[in-house]
Amino acid sequence: MYTYSEYDDAYVRRRVAEFAQQVERRIDGSLTEDEFKPLRLMNGLYLQLHAYMLRVAIPYGTLDSRKMDQLALIAEKWDKGYGHFTTRQNIQYNWPKLPDVPAILEALADVGMHAIQTSGNTIRNVTADHFAGAAADEIEDPRPVAELLRQWSTDHPEFQFMPRKFKIAITGSPNDRAVTKAHDIGLRMVRNDKGEPGFEVLVGGGLGRTPMIGKVINEFLPKADLLPYCEAIVSVWNTLGRRDNKYKARIKVTVAENGLDTFRALVEERFAEIRPEFTGVDQEILASIEKEFAAPAFRNAPTEAYDAFYAADPVFRSWADTNLAEHRVEGYAIVTISLKAHGQTPGDASADQMRVMADLARRYGHDELRISHEQNVILPHVHKSDLPAIHAELAQAGLATANVGLISDIIACPGMDYCALATARSIPVAEQIATRFDELKLEHEIGEMKIKISGCINACGHHHVGHIGILGLDRAGVENYQITLGGDGTETAAIGERTGPGFAYDEIVPAIEKIVETYLKERESAEERFLDCYRRVGINPFKLALYGEDAKGRARAA
Amino acid sequence: MARAFTPKVVTANDLIEGDVIYLTEQDQWTRHHNEAELIDDEAHAEIRLLFASGQHAKAVGVYLADAKAGPDGPEPVHFREAFRAKGPSNYAHGKQETRA
Repeated sequence: MYTYSEYDDAYVRRRVAEFAQQVERRIDGSLTEDEFKPLRLMNGLYLQLHAYMLRVAIPYGTLDSRKMDQLALIAEKWDKGYGHFTTRQNIQYNWPKLPDVPAILEALADVGMHAIQTSGNTIRNVTADHFAGAAADEIEDPRPVAELLRQWSTDHPEFQFMPRKFKIAITGSPNDRAVTKAHDIGLRMVRNDKGEPGFEVLVGGGLGRTPMIGKVINEFLPKADLLPYCEAIVSVWNTLGRRDNKYKARIKVTVAENGLDTFRALVEERFAEIRPEFTGVDQEILASIEKEFAAPAFRNAPTEAYDAFYAADPVFRSWADTNLAEHRVEGYAIVTISLKAHGQTPGDASADQMRVMADLARRYGHDELRISHEQNVILPHVHKSDLPAIHAELAQAGLATANVGLISDIIACPGMDYCALATARSIPVAEQIATRFDELKLEHEIGEMKIKISGCINACGHHHVGHIGILGLDRAGVENYQITLGGDGTETAAIGERTGPGFAYDEIVPAIEKIVETYLKERESAEERFLDCYRRVGINPFKLALYGEDAKGRARAA
Repeated sequence: MARAFTPKVVTANDLIEGDVIYLTEQDQWTRHHNEAELIDDEAHAEIRLLFASGQHAKAVGVYLADAKAGPDGPEPVHFREAFRAKGPSNYAHGKQETRA
């Protein structure tokens, strides 16, 4: 894990001191809100429906126990005792008071964290595969490169006033768990014919009101060219991107309007121009970063105790079947801790729960934690013999829900319960779906299912790439929910298709039930996942179930 | 024909706490929707909005929100304003917490 250099520490503390003065001047009346707003946004401080909200960056979703303990302390001392983990691997505090924010940022700086560039038209937190460094299918741990990108993009003088925000995601595995195809730049580690690692570079993906799947701009970019190539992409877009209309400002529209080939040619031209300026210093820095991400000292120990426990305890077995993933080292497992207890807010953890997870990481997990874009917490390196003890402690803390990848493992944005931009609520819809399918005792039978809910068209809840996507809208002063089907956020990425007219707040859970019933009826076997079944049978059986015989007519009227 | 004017309240967020506030007839800010001034005249609404917008040291993001008269004072019309007046639905936080 990367630890701040003296330079990083001094920079972050300077920014805290600067912001502390700005807050002071806002409170004493020297600054108006118009003057202050861009300054607070540069430091991740939003003003939402009921309160300020502070978004803290968790670079590529990686934490250690010290950082997680500090997040717990902040939640307790300056907030309401909990934090909300987001779909961009960050954490948000929903209730800070303006005069306290400098102290919170100081507390973050104490553990090498900050809230810089978590808002505004800058390069945002670089997200990564949450199984990085642990996954059995990985080519290389992508996090050293993600850290290099973080250092390069933080306070980059050319990229502080861009047409719009800019998001980069990176994965080191062929199985894409980082939604790289829905990012402004997506980086997928691949090997060339000689077996050397490099990147397939995707550009112009994104969700929001104009969802698009990223396009391959470069099939194989050597690792050493990464920074200049990314700089060329952002630079071309920064010049070409539309500043006249914020809905057309993202790079996906720039690429679509100019065509991929034209855009690529401009990037190549810019790349040729700036490549000589990268004299290898970046590669030296990368080499030193890579040392900090050296794999932990894995131990070689028997796993019979795990096997015996697995055979004997059905509750443990159910959890192990859903919440564990294959580790690259024999005898180890990757643990996903579900923050989706049935009926609770997706992604929320109390301060006590954060401390339990930190403590488990310290004692059993080589002191590593990850936040996933699916709003869960990962212990990436756990020896199987420790799993029964971990499970028991998680259960005590209300963290042993066995539902990862199932219908109640729902992504949901904060929606109108918190967000000033939202047009409808998301959280209670997620809570009710999870509760309903838990009552029906159907979720293990249904199998892999990704429901994603957004409370507005900006799509923070990734609804376009949900197997079932739900979009909450305001229709004539009433909450209304549109459904999309067949979305996919992985390497086989697809944008979901709308079923037809939306559903009222009290109709949405029954509508989801109808979709699931239809799937269970249509599937060829229990092995055929919802997504595969949908791809085989198409949308019509689902439309018929939702809208009855007038499905066609109503679809036209929508 | 011009559309009939829907009654309004002036609302904003408090600079320090960040919570929702409403303008009263006495030029004060209250945290309770039912204590807000219900404005049923368009010209008066503009004047009140202008006054509120000048309160830089107290109010952030001032705007006019639709409201209607109720037995205990003005009530929100749109669901967004109802949530602002109450708090989130997943925890008893916000205004519902202090009023309980």
